[in-house]
Amino acid sequence: MVQLVLAEHDGDSIKPATLSALAAAHAIGGDVHLLIAGKDCGAAADAAAKLGDVAKVLLADAAAYDHMLAEEIANLLLKLAPAYSHVLAPATTNGKNIMPRVAALLDVAPISDIAGVVSPDTFVRPIYAGNALATVQSKDAIKIITVRGTAFPAEAKEGGHAPIERVVATATTGLSHFVSAELTRSERPELTSARVVVSGGRGMQNGENFKLLESLADKLGAAVGASRAAVDAGFVPNDYQVGQTGKIVAPDLYIAVGISGAIQHLAGMKDSKVIVAINKDEEAPIFQVADYGLVGDLFKIVPALDAELAKLKR
Amino acid sequence: MKLLVAVKRVIDYNVKIRVKSDHTGVETANVKMSMNPFDEIGVEEAVRLKEAGVATEIVAVSMGPAPVQETIRTALAMGADRGIHVETDVELQPLAVAKLLKAIAEKEQPQLIILGKQAIDDDSNATGQMLAALLGWPQGTFASKLKIEGDTALVTREVDGGLETEALKLPALITTDLRLNEPRYASLPNIMKAKKKTIAKLTAGELGIDVTPHLTVLKVEEPPKRQAGVKVKTVEELIDKLRNEARVI
Repeated sequence: MVQLVLAEHDGDSIKPATLSALAAAHAIGGDVHLLIAGKDCGAAADAAAKLGDVAKVLLADAAAYDHMLAEEIANLLLKLAPAYSHVLAPATTNGKNIMPRVAALLDVAPISDIAGVVSPDTFVRPIYAGNALATVQSKDAIKIITVRGTAFPAEAKEGGHAPIERVVATATTGLSHFVSAELTRSERPELTSARVVVSGGRGMQNGENFKLLESLADKLGAAVGASRAAVDAGFVPNDYQVGQTGKIVAPDLYIAVGISGAIQHLAGMKDSKVIVAINKDEEAPIFQVADYGLVGDLFKIVPALDAELAKLKR
Repeated sequence: MKLLVAVKRVIDYNVKIRVKSDHTGVETANVKMSMNPFDEIGVEEAVRLKEAGVATEIVAVSMGPAPVQETIRTALAMGADRGIHVETDVELQPLAVAKLLKAIAEKEQPQLIILGKQAIDDDSNATGQMLAALLGWPQGTFASKLKIEGDTALVTREVDGGLETEALKLPALITTDLRLNEPRYASLPNIMKAKKKTIAKLTAGELGIDVTPHLTVLKVEEPPKRQAGVKVKTVEELIDKLRNEARVI
């Protein structure tokens, strides 16, 4: 049993989501190979080779693989997959975009967003926004899987020296091409891997008020997130969204500010270790999952909290 | 150009679901059902393309037992021109749905197919990508903006780090994200008109597709419940708890 994991990387280093996918692969068992696909990504392959638990690194470095276009990466995986029992990717937007395409080309059923491994052919995955957990068994010869990052540890092991094997690029399809990207620039940690997350909801009233949360986040070394309501209202961009249809997070500390706690938001954060809720409505459902609740006006509480944290820092 | 939209009937997003006591699935009897919200966004986008003169005809497809016709009627009331109902009692998984939709696309020859990015019941987020693969078409998933320019679809996609725009050669497939549009409510006259629109009925057998599930659901359980904690009175008390009890700051 040999498994292939499609890495999420930035050309130079391996993203934490990849480590979670590796952990899932090890939970299944057998040797694990890691595929680095992209353009000018040799440095990422070198970083991958140092990970302690990778038997081999495959490097597919070609112009066609720039920007991880699904049409191109899926053809690459289609070529590689027959040598493997399982092909996994983190359930990032790249993984979700690419893996079902690979599965269809192989005529197998993709297994999306797994949160547990029962055996090499049986997996647990959340359905209905995480309000139910389904245990599913695959009858397919090759299992195509995406892995929920928060469900598996993203621990980097060091000291490996896996061989790097270059893969011959597949012919380009010409079906799609990259035009442009508008990426959110932030000095703060990434939402899905941050140790602390501070999120705002409709109660923030406008985008300008998110500055209150940013100040708090900076003192805690936290990422800033938002509920779907706050995104829908146009307060912040969609890549802030935590929930069933946004990002799934499980930090050590999650602070929900002005968030009522709709089912679809809880789906994205209820596995956090410690949850703090600040809301003026004491009946808000968020308090049913919060370890510590503070009922009151967030426009008074957040600045006070900010000031107290500033004192602690000194 | 002709557009194809696929719509799924799911438990309404406002309903709190209940896991069946025998752990075979989720209770759907006597539960309010609606069109999957992402599919609603897909229908809306199609109707807007028709209103803008880009699309000429919209075909709405759904699959499952007889009641899915209600969901097709909703799409027709929003502005789709006709419906196709693939009738089956088998629980369809994304691979089977993609194969059925491929067979329909080969008959109908649309230039653009729009699906929701995921259904809020199984949360698979797979059918659109699979259908695009089977057709050999490009895919623009998680779309928050769509523009048709000649034989190209310009799609702005919601990705982890922000937004990304891709150019897709038509025919192409799009899956919708939340911010693509705000779906309209069907007006009463349009609901009445929709009753006269046709819904063609097909079966998987007629389309020559094997819909046997590849995944077996062994059990469905409730996730472990999180216990509510305590209410604190002041910011100072909160900080004290976080530092000395939870030890997270």
